[in-house]
Amino acid sequence: MIDALDLPLVWALLLALAVLAYVILDGFDLGVGIVYPTLAPGRERDTAMNTVAPVWDGNETWLVLGGGGLFAVFPLAYAIIMPALYMPIILMLLGLIFRGVSFEFRWRDPRHQWFWDGAFAAGSFVAAFMQGITLGALVQGIEVANRQYAGGWWDWLTPFSLTTGAALIIGYGLLGATWLVLKTEDPIKAHAERLARIAGMATLALIAVISLWTVFLDPVFMARWFAYPAILYVLPVPLFTALAAWSLFTGLARRCDAQPFLSALALFVLSFIGLGISLYPYIVPHSVTIWSAAAPDTSLLFMLVGAVILLPLILAYSAYSYWVFRGKIREGEGYH
Amino acid sequence: METALAIDFARIQFAFTVAFHIIFPAFTIGLASYLAVLEGLWLWTGRQVYIDVYRYWLKIFAVSFAMGVVSGIVMSYQFGTNWSVFADKVGPVLGAPMAYEVLSAFFLEAGFLGIMLFGMKRVGRTLHFAATLMVALGTFFSAFWILSVNSWMQTPAGYSINDAGQFIPVDWWQVIFNPSFPYRLAHMLLAAYLTTAFVVGGVAAFHLLRDRTNEAARLMFSMAMWMAALVAPLQIGAGDLHGLNTLEHQPTKVAAMEGHYESRRGAPLILFGVPDDEAEVLRYALEIPYLGSFILTHDWLGEVRGLKAWPRDERPPVAIVFYAFRVMVGIGLIMAAIGAWSLWSRYRGRLFEPGALHRSMVWMTPAGFVAVLAGWITTEVGRQPYTIYGLLRTADAASPVAAPAVAASLTAFVIVYCLLFGIGTYYLVVLMRQPPHPGEPGPEEGKPIRTAGITPIAAADRQAERNGSATP
Repeated sequence: MIDALDLPLVWALLLALAVLAYVILDGFDLGVGIVYPTLAPGRERDTAMNTVAPVWDGNETWLVLGGGGLFAVFPLAYAIIMPALYMPIILMLLGLIFRGVSFEFRWRDPRHQWFWDGAFAAGSFVAAFMQGITLGALVQGIEVANRQYAGGWWDWLTPFSLTTGAALIIGYGLLGATWLVLKTEDPIKAHAERLARIAGMATLALIAVISLWTVFLDPVFMARWFAYPAILYVLPVPLFTALAAWSLFTGLARRCDAQPFLSALALFVLSFIGLGISLYPYIVPHSVTIWSAAAPDTSLLFMLVGAVILLPLILAYSAYSYWVFRGKIREGEGYH
Repeated sequence: METALAIDFARIQFAFTVAFHIIFPAFTIGLASYLAVLEGLWLWTGRQVYIDVYRYWLKIFAVSFAMGVVSGIVMSYQFGTNWSVFADKVGPVLGAPMAYEVLSAFFLEAGFLGIMLFGMKRVGRTLHFAATLMVALGTFFSAFWILSVNSWMQTPAGYSINDAGQFIPVDWWQVIFNPSFPYRLAHMLLAAYLTTAFVVGGVAAFHLLRDRTNEAARLMFSMAMWMAALVAPLQIGAGDLHGLNTLEHQPTKVAAMEGHYESRRGAPLILFGVPDDEAEVLRYALEIPYLGSFILTHDWLGEVRGLKAWPRDERPPVAIVFYAFRVMVGIGLIMAAIGAWSLWSRYRGRLFEPGALHRSMVWMTPAGFVAVLAGWITTEVGRQPYTIYGLLRTADAASPVAAPAVAASLTAFVIVYCLLFGIGTYYLVVLMRQPPHPGEPGPEEGKPIRTAGITPIAAADRQAERNGSATP
């Protein structure tokens, strides 16, 4: 039975899920950092930060699983992608450092709270932008020769990758704003709803632009999406995206708490599925497939045993942690 | 030339980022266990002082842990950005234990840290204690897996090499429990406990010197001194066993540690000297005859191989290893001496009387960190020129990244780390300078869940100000 299992494919799906979990989970807490400068200093910012303080660390662990998992499962892909995206990755890490320490430091030093508020926002902003650029640079393709990255140091910097970078900032901003709608009360909630409306429209516009742009980047992508009968299989993706968009705006209009956030999550999941449809079966687009990058089956199987046992446990206690900290955070109030 | 420069920058970058990183786990591994013990004692005895001390160190734990997390994320990407050839070759073997570290340790720590820091009123005492235990367990699992990875790089086992030049796992048991792993794990865990004990003891001594009646400070000092008295001698024993294991598997490292260039029977123990790699001699050696052979071979006339037994391009740089090893051993011996001293004070009933012991402990507060760094420098520089000992040279493991790119990222890391972790350390010192005070609010059972206050840390500070005990 084990022999019949296509382990690289199983692991590609698992890793894709880990990356998706990262994007939507850290997405909303990075998003809180992105909308942070629009909140009033002091209590509004305290409240916004308190909505994510107990969970951000767990959210960011999915990024470590993404990086560590890529190293473990597709070492060749990891060895090619990291040098190719050297600068955006380093800048992303530096951004994450700034915002990560701000969670603790801003409470330690009230006189310099303005500085750590700035570090939190700027770190979130840079991390989101660099993640978006990383995504764009991957989609547009990476030059490989002799098991190594063979391109130049600025290959990642293109109009396309800058657009995906901007899109991720705005998309995370949407997640952050709708998260605040879910977790706070007026006046923060009302403010977050206004932001979510603007970010929602911008996100949808950018999803449309990037989707079309991607298709024209490569004839393979074009065939995936527009050739008959493939178009019948992929058609649900744009249709559900339209549905999620409708749900987002009606949820905001009816002042629901959870519906806007869930709709924004759905937009991310659908965009991610769309990305998967374009890229499969490549892990380094256009050059390395998941099978040629995969570690040997002995490694994959050994890790699969752990993943099958531990991932459900992780999901269970992460969900428990969210359950413990459920409900609204009132302004000027926190968790304890 | 260009490539050699890029590799040097990559080396410095890895050494710099990992050295900064290891400081925080070395502290939080020990502190998490200490917090679990304190909370357990509090649940068991119901004595307020245990939860006071718990909350005091929880604030410090939160700041240290945040710095450990963010500096750790950098490490998980650094293998790829600067050492991509290494990543490609060893990923099939080392990826799995690292993936297990993420799955079994990082998620456990992160998942329960929120509850540990913010959840006492929401989950109640018992579940909160369970969360503290999970965080402590997570720090242990993390140490287990990452030390297994590091040990495999020192003493590789259970692998074969495929056509693409990748290391392929053959026997997972041998990979994980490779020959140096049990020794390294024991040595590092004891080091983490000792580091924490000396921080706790040093901070307690600082406050006892100001107020010998501070009950929380007395408790901290007593517990820390028990740890020092019991663990420091154990650590010396563990270190000796680890050294013998290194002699068996990495003889060049031991030769550099000992400062032996010549192979000989009945070798002396060199206490101090100045290694000269050019001339291949140890100058100004202060030595004890025959003791070197006795320690390394447990035979007064046993043969000890010197560095000249290997070609020059197989040897590590001697001076760094030689000095770092002496710093580590020196601190270990001082720690054991202070542990013995504290037993004597305790026996005389003078443990809490401010005196030389307390002043010494204040000076020794950061000693554990220095010893940990010196120990890691010894073992990491000592395995050079290899990254996978005997199999893959460090120089052949680097990314095809140009020197200016590595130099730029190195500069950015140095600036950001010095700034942020410098400020973070300052905040930690500020926290430690505040005396622990009684009556920090415990969980109020039976009351409805309250969502007042800001964060427990800030709330604890305000409490301190109300008590008038905050340092001005």
